[in-house]
Amino acid sequence: METAHKTIFTSKDLETDQEVRWCPGCGDYAILNSLKKVLPELDHSKEDFVFVSGIGCSSRLPYYMDTYGMHSIHGRATAIALGLKTSRPELSVWVITGDGDALSIGGNHLIHTLRRNPNLNILLFNNQIYGLTKGQYSPTSEIGKITKSSPIGTVDSPFNPIALALGSNGTFVARTLDRDPKHQQEIYKRAYHHSGCSLVEVYQNCNVFNDGAFEIMTEKDSKPFTTIFVEHGKPLVFANGTKGIVLEGLKAKVVDIINGNTEGLWIHDESDSMKAYILSRFFDNDELPRPFGVLYADASKPSLDGLIQAQLKEKRIDNKTLAFNDLLKSKNSWEVQ
Amino acid sequence: MSETTKREQHVVIKFAGDSGDGVQLTGTQFAETSALFGNDIATFPDFPAEIRAPIGTLPGVSGFQLHIGDNEILTPGDTYDVLVALNAAALKVNLKFLKPNGIIIANNDGFDDKNLRLAKIDENDNPLHNGSLDAYQVFTADITKLTKLAVAEFGLGNKEAERCKNMYVLGLVYWLFDRNLQHSIDFIEKQFSKKELVAKSNIKALQAGYHFGETSEMFGNRFEIAAAVYKKGTYRSINGNQATALGLLGASVKSGIPIFLGTYPITPASDILHELSKHKGFDLISFQAEDEIAGICSAIGASYGGRLGVTTSSGPGIALKTEAIGLATMLELPLVICNIQRGGPSTGLPTKTEQSDLLQALYGRNGECPLVVIAASTPADCYEMSYMAVKIALEHTVPVMFLSDGYLANGAQPWMIKTLDEMPEISSHFIRQANDSKEYQPYARNADLSREHAVPGTPGMEHRIGGLEKENITGNISYDAANHELMVKLRAQKVLNVADTLPLQTFEHGNKDSKALIIGWGSTFGSISTAVKELREEGLDIAHIHLKYINPLPSNLGEMLQNFDKVFVAELNNGQLIRLIRDKFLKDAQGINKIQGQPFQITEIKDIIKHNLQ
Ligand SMILES: Cc1ncc(C[n+]2csc(CCOP(=O)(O)OP(=O)(O)O)c2C)c(N)n1
Ligand code: SF4
Ligand SMILES: [Mg+2]
Repeated sequence: METAHKTIFTSKDLETDQEVRWCPGCGDYAILNSLKKVLPELDHSKEDFVFVSGIGCSSRLPYYMDTYGMHSIHGRATAIALGLKTSRPELSVWVITGDGDALSIGGNHLIHTLRRNPNLNILLFNNQIYGLTKGQYSPTSEIGKITKSSPIGTVDSPFNPIALALGSNGTFVARTLDRDPKHQQEIYKRAYHHSGCSLVEVYQNCNVFNDGAFEIMTEKDSKPFTTIFVEHGKPLVFANGTKGIVLEGLKAKVVDIINGNTEGLWIHDESDSMKAYILSRFFDNDELPRPFGVLYADASKPSLDGLIQAQLKEKRIDNKTLAFNDLLKSKNSWEVQ
Repeated sequence: MSETTKREQHVVIKFAGDSGDGVQLTGTQFAETSALFGNDIATFPDFPAEIRAPIGTLPGVSGFQLHIGDNEILTPGDTYDVLVALNAAALKVNLKFLKPNGIIIANNDGFDDKNLRLAKIDENDNPLHNGSLDAYQVFTADITKLTKLAVAEFGLGNKEAERCKNMYVLGLVYWLFDRNLQHSIDFIEKQFSKKELVAKSNIKALQAGYHFGETSEMFGNRFEIAAAVYKKGTYRSINGNQATALGLLGASVKSGIPIFLGTYPITPASDILHELSKHKGFDLISFQAEDEIAGICSAIGASYGGRLGVTTSSGPGIALKTEAIGLATMLELPLVICNIQRGGPSTGLPTKTEQSDLLQALYGRNGECPLVVIAASTPADCYEMSYMAVKIALEHTVPVMFLSDGYLANGAQPWMIKTLDEMPEISSHFIRQANDSKEYQPYARNADLSREHAVPGTPGMEHRIGGLEKENITGNISYDAANHELMVKLRAQKVLNVADTLPLQTFEHGNKDSKALIIGWGSTFGSISTAVKELREEGLDIAHIHLKYINPLPSNLGEMLQNFDKVFVAELNNGQLIRLIRDKFLKDAQGINKIQGQPFQITEIKDIIKHNLQ
């Protein structure tokens, strides 16, 4: 939703006087900077942005942005944001959350928020570790991982956040990564412009407790071969244009691209939920590159805040005092003279 | 007709049957008709724990107790004058509180071999025939058969026809009390407006029951209970949950701040959600969340945005909300938490009443986290007290816990309607418009320590708040030792300051020179007050204080207690308010406690006091 008269502001205006407390080198800095670049380019005035977070390193972000913000309690930011957004649909409300915050303690709220589709932008900083509590495994840590709380390796299977979001009927599901500011900015803008609940998984490096978790997807040498950046209406091509993906039935397969001929390759269609699900499952197969970009977007589903406002508008009573006093009397009242 | 009329000042009736028999409807209809007639009433619905316990069994018995009178009625009564038993189990469960020589109206069809077996009564020992009820006046009729016969012309199926028997019974009892059928006929027509045959059958059953009373001459006499003398005004019958919903809504209208209700269903609080969700016309958002945590958190988000956040629950759900209540305390935002108590711990006794969450309300959070706690004392008082909960929350920028319980929630009484012009003004501390005159400091305080909250969207006042300790005035994160201590004390003082705006405590009965004092809180008001009134009539000078504001306590309470050597604290728990009284006033109070999922009987209170004062 756009505000009528947007007042201009710059990234600099978003700075606060709070000292940033993240470890030097933390991926969170890059995400903060990308957001600061994106916000001035959007349609809301500065005072109409609200960042609501849970608890975790990632959840400190609101303190570093001079917008409205609430640093709440562990796992509950989605629920708080839903109450705010449905109450004040004209605001642009963003949820900042971590893999533990969103998927462990807040898992219930996340899936229900996604299915209800309030017009929120949820940025899930996935570093596959509990950062703030100093290095326990998280619901996205890979099986066998050695951490402080799993000295001989974890035995829990990790979540696939994209598949979870799709399975929860999320209407906008995307993935980006801290080391690619341009891509991040593009995705945040898309998330903002999506009418409905946007979930963006951001791969974020915790250089203290889980350094290099996404290294092969961010380093120059390996990145072209381990990642694929999808765009609506374009063929799935990676490895510097030398490889592509074809769909054989429900199975994705890597093929070589000869002489730049992309005919027959899988064409990305954001609106196709079945294909989005197959894309989300690349996660399980090391031979397939990890997809980034908007994997699924469905603008046809009405937003929760829109539906609620429509009900309020339909039922709206003008003289509430009169109506309330009548309501008191409506149920079999009687007069005593 | 040979019957005579017996004038009574008040009568207690208990309708009891299987939970599928519709006795709750019979009871409510009788209560509403009596209230419309002008009697004072108090009701006590007593539901089985299971929605559908096996038919005919003892756990499946559902009851509705009703006290009607021609003067002030404060409780549903200790014992009944009339027991309507639709089956053997209902008689067995309820007989012990029937007065000697009381009236039993029994449905013969509910005492066949099968029903006796289900009620764990020997088939050859039918209480209707074995002489065991000789101390009572027993009237029996084949109610099921008579009902089916009466509605046969409308061609309902066997089950549906049988289901009309609650209306047949209602008609019979209407005759016994000489009541008009019209209110119930209107009700049936409205209820079954889309099922004409069902409506006609039920009306016919009602009329048939009434005529049976008249023509069968089964009763020797009818009761006559004159209308009570009421002050001039408009009245309605209201139960605690309706009153709570209306109080919240009224306060929202008065303050101009719309409600966001974030909640999760739980007995006995759900009816507040049901009621409020009907009132979207008042700009009210009702959100049935995925759990209680999301319920309260969404309400906090709404308050942060400038609405009035409300959440409603009962013990187990309140336990889940604990951490978020702490957050609201730190954020210093208005929030109303309605706790409709039931028997605990854990799932406990979901359909039974108890006052055992007081200590949870007062202390059940991590950290130094004082909470304003207030309690309603009668069903109608829920209107005033939930209204006050909103007023305190908005004016002091604090979360407030409003306590009610299963007994108040479902119990009904006549209430002289209080329209909004009779209710106090409510102010609030939301800033919604830019203000260039001074820099905004989120934790700068007013004289009473409340704070001004600039809602998102207000230009030039962007700021962050959260659950981490904050620096005084600026609200920035602060780990400073002295600041933390200061903030803890400020938050505590802010709650204490609420007492400055509250009415002073008064004695319900007696005065500071009375011989002994009994203190109560919440739903025990009717029982304690009636017990004390009767004791005083018997010559014992007992005083009664009933607390509605529990944290903070009324500022004059200490002074009121000073003279008393003998202080009783009566509550439906194992001793909770008593700890507070001992703690705050160093009084060696003595507990009067009951933990049976049932309200106090008047005699229970009287006996303990008499015994102790001898
Ligand atoms: C109710 C509750 N339980 C536990 C904690 C401790 N805790 C704080 S942050 C955190 C995990 C954070 O992990 P994640 O969400 O991945 O955030 P990150 O620090 O990695 O950004 C935990 C367990 C808490 N603050 N509150
Ligand atoms: S612990 Fe990890 S996630 Fe947290 S600030 Fe440090 S580097 Fe970042
Ligand atoms: Mg993490």
